[in-house]
Amino acid sequence: MKKILALLLAAVMLFSLAACGGNNNDTSTPDGSNAAPAEDLKVGFIFLHDENSTYDKNFIDAAVAACKNMGVEMVQKTQIPESNACYDAAVELIEVEDCDIIFADSFGHESFLMKAAEEYPDVEFCHATGTQAHTANLKNFHNAFAHIYEGRYLAGVVAGLKLKEMMAADSTIVPKMGYVGAFTFAEVISGYTSFYLGAKSIVPEVTMDVKFTGSWYDETKEKQAAQALIDGGCVLISQHADSMGAPTACEAAKVPNVSYNGSTEAACPNTWLISSRINWIPYFEYMITQVKNGAAIDTDWAGTLENGAVALTDLGAAAAEGTAEKLADVKAKLIAKEINVFDTANFTVGGKKLDSYLADVDTDADFTKDTEAIENGVFYESKHRSGPYFDIEIGGITLLDRNYG
Amino acid sequence: MRKTTTVKHREPLIHIAKRDDMAAWQAWLIRLAAILIGFFVMSAVLTALASTSSGKDLSFGDILERLSRSVFGRLFEGKFSQLWKFLQETAVLLCLSLAVTPAFKMKFWNCGAEGQALFGGLAAMFCMINLGGKVPEPVLVPLVILASIIGGAVWGVIPAIFHAYYRTNETLFTLMMNYVATQIVAYYVYANGQGSNVINPVSTGALPVIGGQQYLLNVLIVTLLTVLTYVYLRFSKQGYEVSVVGESQNTARYIGINVKKVIIRTMIISGALCGIAGMLLVAGKDHSINTATVGGQGFTAIMVSWLGQFNPYIIAAMAALVSFLQIGAAGAADAYFLNSAYADVMVGVVVLCLVACEFFIRYTVKFRHSKKGGALA
Repeated sequence: MKKILALLLAAVMLFSLAACGGNNNDTSTPDGSNAAPAEDLKVGFIFLHDENSTYDKNFIDAAVAACKNMGVEMVQKTQIPESNACYDAAVELIEVEDCDIIFADSFGHESFLMKAAEEYPDVEFCHATGTQAHTANLKNFHNAFAHIYEGRYLAGVVAGLKLKEMMAADSTIVPKMGYVGAFTFAEVISGYTSFYLGAKSIVPEVTMDVKFTGSWYDETKEKQAAQALIDGGCVLISQHADSMGAPTACEAAKVPNVSYNGSTEAACPNTWLISSRINWIPYFEYMITQVKNGAAIDTDWAGTLENGAVALTDLGAAAAEGTAEKLADVKAKLIAKEINVFDTANFTVGGKKLDSYLADVDTDADFTKDTEAIENGVFYESKHRSGPYFDIEIGGITLLDRNYG
Repeated sequence: MRKTTTVKHREPLIHIAKRDDMAAWQAWLIRLAAILIGFFVMSAVLTALASTSSGKDLSFGDILERLSRSVFGRLFEGKFSQLWKFLQETAVLLCLSLAVTPAFKMKFWNCGAEGQALFGGLAAMFCMINLGGKVPEPVLVPLVILASIIGGAVWGVIPAIFHAYYRTNETLFTLMMNYVATQIVAYYVYANGQGSNVINPVSTGALPVIGGQQYLLNVLIVTLLTVLTYVYLRFSKQGYEVSVVGESQNTARYIGINVKKVIIRTMIISGALCGIAGMLLVAGKDHSINTATVGGQGFTAIMVSWLGQFNPYIIAAMAALVSFLQIGAAGAADAYFLNSAYADVMVGVVVLCLVACEFFIRYTVKFRHSKKGGALA
């Protein structure tokens, strides 16, 4: 027994010596790569999950690319829940890592990030998808989002052209699309409505059924919802949820699919048409540039087709002929504002044209409708704040169910 | 005849014998060695992985420095924010571990700490939202605490009653109650959420900040609970009853202990402690609630309680160890762009070493030729 003890003790001592040795080396060579000079910027990112989530991966990839392009150091905290853990992570990034800019990627991070922003007025805080910056009265807290409805409108154009091609080949086809959404709230409603209006600009008689899963990521539910829509006569499917559920259901049923947040071509080579997504690189580069130059960051920054924040993938093999040309044409018209996605001339509510709509722009507990969103016959989405607020149910779209969370 | 039937009996090359002669300090030395071996092996693996993923030539020392920096921050520069976060994480994990301990001593497998804490937290949140502004703060805060204790106790006592009177399986029952609690919280968040599944932080009814440190009060509360749990289990009559029921329910009945009463009473205590943990998270940290508020620590607590051998002081050390590994490895994984799952792997391997080393404490390995039968572990 003594022998073993002696051996164990020796092992422990050896290990601890090695550890001490390591530490000593470390302090004597002040880690050249880690300790950046004071004038260099350091950006800290807070992510809800990690790269296994398509949502976070979209942010992480952009963060890595933007920091590399701008030559600044990036520090990340992954798996940060929407709780005080977000505040703790921000404090750690500032106190321990000396970050000059903090970015968080999830809606629920906002209040906790604002708490840190109040305590650290010298650090800039940027938050994606949030809604409170324009009312928070904090100079160093900013929201950002993109006019993703324009991307979805373009994806809808691709869907419309596909429908037209299918109808030309088979005159019995009824142009009805299906849409799998996560929750029945503005971000999703704005998304599917713009998609529908894009398709309607090509096929005026198109209709659409929508089902909600009540989750941002639930492969089984998304698959079942897509299958139910297909069984209900939908001949083309799109979705706003993060799993491969709907695309794979479409591939199995040979129904064309428009995806979101990146290409699903690898898994669905025969049915994938196109995908729209938000490219965060322009925003990250913008916020870093502003801080480098000592300039203010916009309280609400909205990415557009023009600045590259609203991005479309290449077309899938299943897309109709001539799609690329039409797409380029519509995109140019959207940028030139010749086409407005939510032009009230293009949709009806309860059979009537909409002349006025008060949207819930300022966050409050009672969801008060506070801001007139229609000007000159156009509902201006993401104008009064970057997060979407179009939440109107328009003619031609049928909600088969609702899910508020 | 006799000669031919005699089979020469060969001793097996190795055989394992039970031992019970090891002194406590020797056993702890072995456990310590197991922890260190697990820790250093996993740190070495981390060094290799991190060097690959970050493209830097990292030394073992870099990794150790990174681990401790993630947990303790820049202590020597007078920045204590990280240390407080570590203490807070440890305090909540410890509180949950203390909570399941009386139940475990009674051999009542309470796997419902997660749900009991969540329900206690929900009760606290409910008071903070609905009574906030209507009741003065000095009255509201004790109400919040009381509500969380009752909430946790109710969630804990339901499976206990069914177990005591109808002999339902307590493991399954408590496990299922976790899902029920999660769904109730999910519904509550939907009903009170502002748009997209988030309850914005509420300041009314929150635990007061003492000494300018948000987590100080939490840490003090759990420290007090640790001592109280120790005294309760070790020196009180009720603590003794818990041990007897755990050893043998028949013996307990024979000496006149009301087993049903002990089971129900102990689970009320267990649930109440979980409720306090939930309150520490809701009223002492987040000021909000969602389904991930407890974040799986209710399950980690089961392991911590076992590792601590149901002794509150050792449990405190184990909670600190597990928190250290969780925070340190997660920080290192983030720093070197590794997947955050590495933290779970690291905690898992260290705990596995700790569990596996019990073999060398309880058994001795004997070789055929060793005349004395000495152990060779």
